[in-house]
Amino acid sequence: MKALTNETAKAAYQKMNTIRDFEEHVRKIFAAGVIPGFVHLYAGEEAIAVAACAHLNQQDYITSTHRGHGHCIAKGCDVNGMMAEIYGKTTGLCKGKGGSMHIADLDQGMLGANGMVGGGFPIAIGAALRQQYLKTDRVVICFFGDGAANEGAFHESLNMAAIWKLPVVFVNENNGFGEATPPKYASASKTFASRAAAYDMPGEKVDGKDFMAVYNAVGQAVDRARAGEGPSLIECQTYRTYGHFEGDEQTYKFDSPEEIAFAKRDDIQEFRAYALKANLFTEAEATAVEDQAMAAVQAAVQFAEDSPLPDAQALYEDVYAD
Amino acid sequence: MSRKSNITFMQVINEALDQAMAKDDRVFLMGEDLAGGATVKHLAEANQDAWGGVFGVTKGLMPKYGRQRVIDTPISEMSYMGAAVGAAVTGLRPVPELMFNDFIGYCLDTILAQGSKMRYMFGGKASMPLTVRTTHGAGANAAAQHSGSYYGLLGAIPGVKVVVPTTPYDAKGLLLAAIEDNNIVVFSEDKTLYGVKGPVPEEYYTVPIGKAQIKRAGTDLTIVAIGKMVFVAQAVADQLAKEGVEAEVIDLVTVAPWDQATVLQSVQKTGRLIIIDEAQPHNNTATDIAAVVADQAFDYLDGPVKRITAPNTPVPFATNLEQLYLPSAQSVLTEAQEIITDLKPIKA
Repeated sequence: MKALTNETAKAAYQKMNTIRDFEEHVRKIFAAGVIPGFVHLYAGEEAIAVAACAHLNQQDYITSTHRGHGHCIAKGCDVNGMMAEIYGKTTGLCKGKGGSMHIADLDQGMLGANGMVGGGFPIAIGAALRQQYLKTDRVVICFFGDGAANEGAFHESLNMAAIWKLPVVFVNENNGFGEATPPKYASASKTFASRAAAYDMPGEKVDGKDFMAVYNAVGQAVDRARAGEGPSLIECQTYRTYGHFEGDEQTYKFDSPEEIAFAKRDDIQEFRAYALKANLFTEAEATAVEDQAMAAVQAAVQFAEDSPLPDAQALYEDVYAD
Repeated sequence: MSRKSNITFMQVINEALDQAMAKDDRVFLMGEDLAGGATVKHLAEANQDAWGGVFGVTKGLMPKYGRQRVIDTPISEMSYMGAAVGAAVTGLRPVPELMFNDFIGYCLDTILAQGSKMRYMFGGKASMPLTVRTTHGAGANAAAQHSGSYYGLLGAIPGVKVVVPTTPYDAKGLLLAAIEDNNIVVFSEDKTLYGVKGPVPEEYYTVPIGKAQIKRAGTDLTIVAIGKMVFVAQAVADQLAKEGVEAEVIDLVTVAPWDQATVLQSVQKTGRLIIIDEAQPHNNTATDIAAVVADQAFDYLDGPVKRITAPNTPVPFATNLEQLYLPSAQSVLTEAQEIITDLKPIKA
């Protein structure tokens, strides 16, 4: 497993902050009507994407979800290109033709946020099959939510990954709600991690607000995958800070004192405190990183606002490859 | 290189897959029981497959290329079709087989929402070199869930190409062209044509996707047909020829994007159009052709455009009903009588 060095801890902390700042900005401008469409915010779940992707190289792949901005940033997508994409500008990572739910950057191994719940499972299988086929040591992380865990594709894909020992790590982000419904209603399994047993793969549930817990669990799973020992399932219990989509009134929240307490936890502050205590970075370094993250997001906003809309011709382009 | 005897449609598909795999290591097959008998010891020891596909189309390919390249999947259409999408977008050239196109419901998302849209929604950065082999067609008493023709449904999706080969020669060339193509190509095989023989060169060749073929030239009437309906069209043309009416028969070959230029040019010449398709009559290829012709060649038309299709029903099981379901030369002559009758006095 990659050890968490001072450098990597700082980089992780920066990415977590970048995601938070990015999402808070998107939230604000969405409410102001500046950006069109739907947005699903990842704020509050940063520890998972960043800790998981900390084990990946540029050439490794991830598949993502409709709540994908955090995965993009964690995997190394350009923040300017992401923001411009969300603004629907031609300088966006997808030339403004994908939008929030479809941000992808194949050069960074980011195989796309995905508007279909559970849509990433089979694609992750395919990307992992590619690694096995070409005998590379690259791995794939398949991020998916608690809602997606109840799609048929979850079961098909875990089964296929297991029978073929594919280099894939299924990272479940259980944020407490599939749209407006909690998993205690929607899932017969007490934990999603327990479902791993059905496919004879390791399954572990960790505290998704705890960066180190995710880091260690996914690190082991990535090692296994790279070594050709097959897939794993890691369930990360987190909490969806905002609604399913922006504009959601979230009347279904705060069912119990435990939920209220859990919702109050801030994964970024917890990691900051941990890292300071473990001497991974100093207070001054932390502040500097926070400033850099904020500056990067502000620059991205400026970039997006200054960028042109796509030409009309772009409507017709890239339906087919030549 | 010519070979002495004609080979069947089914053998041709096998030969094309073999040649594509020999040519390019990135090409692999995946699907249900393409070999069969995975992990069965006595088969493994003898390096034998079991079925070689439910129709035997892929027989012998696993022993030749191994289970790494002829991948038997669990019965999990969504995940293996989606895996093919994932493998294609990361640089391989998968050729998954959907045993019957009627199973598309299980895996449509991977084509409809994922593979067909990636290039567009990722801003042109993705290629999707994916060939989906599947089967369609009534006439085998396979009943409602194994006999449908859904190439039109798939052809309605932007980003997807759909080809329906009629002859063994085209089947080989089109399949090789599909595998070379950097888009999703649905290669839809009529299972009732598998036994049809025809002359097919042994060497590697391609037939262009998107190009319709004029099977018989004529000046009085255009008949556009898809797949085995081309044989019906030819029978109709033969019959009409006896009465002095010269029909032009066009094999559409590619359902999406279909060759508008060839069809329009023919209609401009003949002024009359019959479309024969064994898919259902509405929201489909035949309706699309009729609409484009009405729009682009209205001034050339000397009569109504006639669509002769299956009725708007599922495919029935009973032999007599299934025969009634499929367009036939007789049903075409009856249903399109209006424009044919118009022609006869002109020709007389």
